[in-house]
Amino acid sequence: MSPSTKYTEYDAYAAEEAAEGKVFDVGGQDWDKVVGAAEDLGDERLVVNMGPQHPSTHGVLRLILTLDGETVNECRVGIGYLHTGIEKNMEFRTWTQGTTFCTRMDYLAPIFNETAYCLGVEKLLGVTDQVPERAQIIRVMMMELNRISSHLVAIATFGLELGATTVMLNGFIEREYTLDLFEEITGLRMNMAYVRPGGVAQDLPSGALSSVRDYLDRMPKRIQALRKLMDSNPVYLARTKDIAYLDLTGCMAMGITGPMLRATGLPWDLRKSQPYCGYETYDFEVATQDTSDVYGRYLVRMQEMEESLKIVEQCVERLQSVKGPVMIEDKKIGWPAQLAIGADGMGNSPRHIAHIMGTSMEALIHHFKLVTEGFRVPAGQAYAAIESPRGELGVHVVSDGGTRPYRVHFRDPSFTNLQATPAMAEGGMIADVIAAVASIDPVMGGVDR
Amino acid sequence: MSSQHPEQQAEQAADQLPAHSEEERKEQPVARMGMFGAKTTGDTSGYGGLVVRQSPKVSTPRPYGGPEGAAEAGVFDEVADELERALGGPGSSPEKAGPDFGDAIERVVVDRGEMTFFVKREHLAAVARTMRDEPSLRFELCSGVSGVHYPQDTGAELHSVVHLLSITHNRRVRLESTCPDADPHIPSLVPVYPTADWHERETYDFFGIVYDGHPALTRIEMPDDWVGHPQRKDYPLGGIPVEYRGAEIPPPDERRSYV
Repeated sequence: MSPSTKYTEYDAYAAEEAAEGKVFDVGGQDWDKVVGAAEDLGDERLVVNMGPQHPSTHGVLRLILTLDGETVNECRVGIGYLHTGIEKNMEFRTWTQGTTFCTRMDYLAPIFNETAYCLGVEKLLGVTDQVPERAQIIRVMMMELNRISSHLVAIATFGLELGATTVMLNGFIEREYTLDLFEEITGLRMNMAYVRPGGVAQDLPSGALSSVRDYLDRMPKRIQALRKLMDSNPVYLARTKDIAYLDLTGCMAMGITGPMLRATGLPWDLRKSQPYCGYETYDFEVATQDTSDVYGRYLVRMQEMEESLKIVEQCVERLQSVKGPVMIEDKKIGWPAQLAIGADGMGNSPRHIAHIMGTSMEALIHHFKLVTEGFRVPAGQAYAAIESPRGELGVHVVSDGGTRPYRVHFRDPSFTNLQATPAMAEGGMIADVIAAVASIDPVMGGVDR
Repeated sequence: MSSQHPEQQAEQAADQLPAHSEEERKEQPVARMGMFGAKTTGDTSGYGGLVVRQSPKVSTPRPYGGPEGAAEAGVFDEVADELERALGGPGSSPEKAGPDFGDAIERVVVDRGEMTFFVKREHLAAVARTMRDEPSLRFELCSGVSGVHYPQDTGAELHSVVHLLSITHNRRVRLESTCPDADPHIPSLVPVYPTADWHERETYDFFGIVYDGHPALTRIEMPDDWVGHPQRKDYPLGGIPVEYRGAEIPPPDERRSYV
């Protein structure tokens, strides 16, 4: 196809061609023609627009690559295709309703979004110590299960983007079992809004712990199988070893946290260094590697899944003995109702309805006020950070003393880490750009929010 | 007013407590709009007449304490001391290039186990550089920039909040700088913390704060030709009424709120 002959009536590229040189419209299966035409022009430099709709860009990410042959000379990153205004929307809902919004940001790690937000709100309320122990254990268990499911997707899509469908299928099968647990415990596979300010939405249903135990029996073998498939697979090693190198200095400058930072050899994990939700009482190791490359990041993720299983195991043990409420005792903050499954799905439990409608006027008032108006949060600001699968997930919550957040800002690790793409991709081969982006494991829902 | 008896006028003037001039009264965080008598909402509690104009500009006295509490001098005092020593007091050394501690830091707030330095915007870059380079401070990681819009805070409507993390010392602090709506300029931190690049672009996109010295300050989330800065308080949320089971639900920003 000769350049710009497709549009006879309106030449969409006329203005751009004047500024940028020849523009080619690649419609598929016509690469030879483009290469031929580029050769005629005698220009070695080729600017390729990759994404936002591209199977290997890990979501709606746009990369603008300047190529010299197969070498990437310049890489620019375009984001914003999944911006949904979650932070703005949260300013128009109550503090509790905020969880239903922020859970949708990083859709592979919804429990982490909710927990970070709730820890921020609890810090503002000054009730961090009053959250019941059982709720904290459930939070930790859910977070670690979520970490496993998120890392599984990271590794699965990484395989897919490099062309290994087996890895993808295996990863997604295992993730499915994790999501089954989420469904059993929260009622939803994703976007659960399960963690609420003051605790969690509801206690574990009967039978949930034995399901988790079955999962714990199954997973170590499956992770071993994945390791067997990839750890020393020569094709995999060729695509990942010494690729997309980013050392500790680069990570510090770019604000990189999470598995990418730990692959440089620095054991920085907020669960250990600035514990929250009682992480200081669990026994686990911080996974590190010292290769600073894609393979190191993969190994860190694999080891983190194994460590997460250890934490989940400890949670299950504790949940057997630690009983009690899963929502804060303070009636001015704690969501009044417990949920229950009815004939028409999940809703307020009939016992609670009977209580407020039949016996207690005060309970009805509390229920009504908390559900319609919400609770007030004293004015001020707080920053809470947790270790999400991708790094430091921080939330900056500001209150003006009202029933709605004045401002909520999420420091999403995907957003920050994605900035490092040019640093890792420039000077390398175009095929390694895919490996570089996949090793960051960005989730565009979290990047754009 | 002139028809009133002079004595009555004097009485009324004496009633207007606290005794501040008009200028001073504007600075007061709480305005009393006539405490009693329901004029609009039917609220007879007496508190409806209290209007909070702006949050008071609080400042924490020493000792600052640490994340656990402020009973005695702690980590936060150490950070403040080290920063004061690094920046130097007034006239500490005449050939020193940077600003003095007193010049650069407007006030210090310690709240909920977190420390905030309110930095005058012209000295933000120098303070951040000191925070990063001084071995006893060593805040090597910037966890991002966040904006907040306070329309009532006359002369300092836009706040730019920077969260710093020291991995060496395992501490966090917050730097907050303000700029008026009429002159929304704050120096960029990209030369000190390259990670601030996208964060500042985001804050520019959503609040319209112009970060001077940023290498390419363009919109990042919104389309390039978007008009306005959506996270500002004067920017409407938008939305349409939705019909649900026969009832019409108004858009979220038009629903009843309990502010």
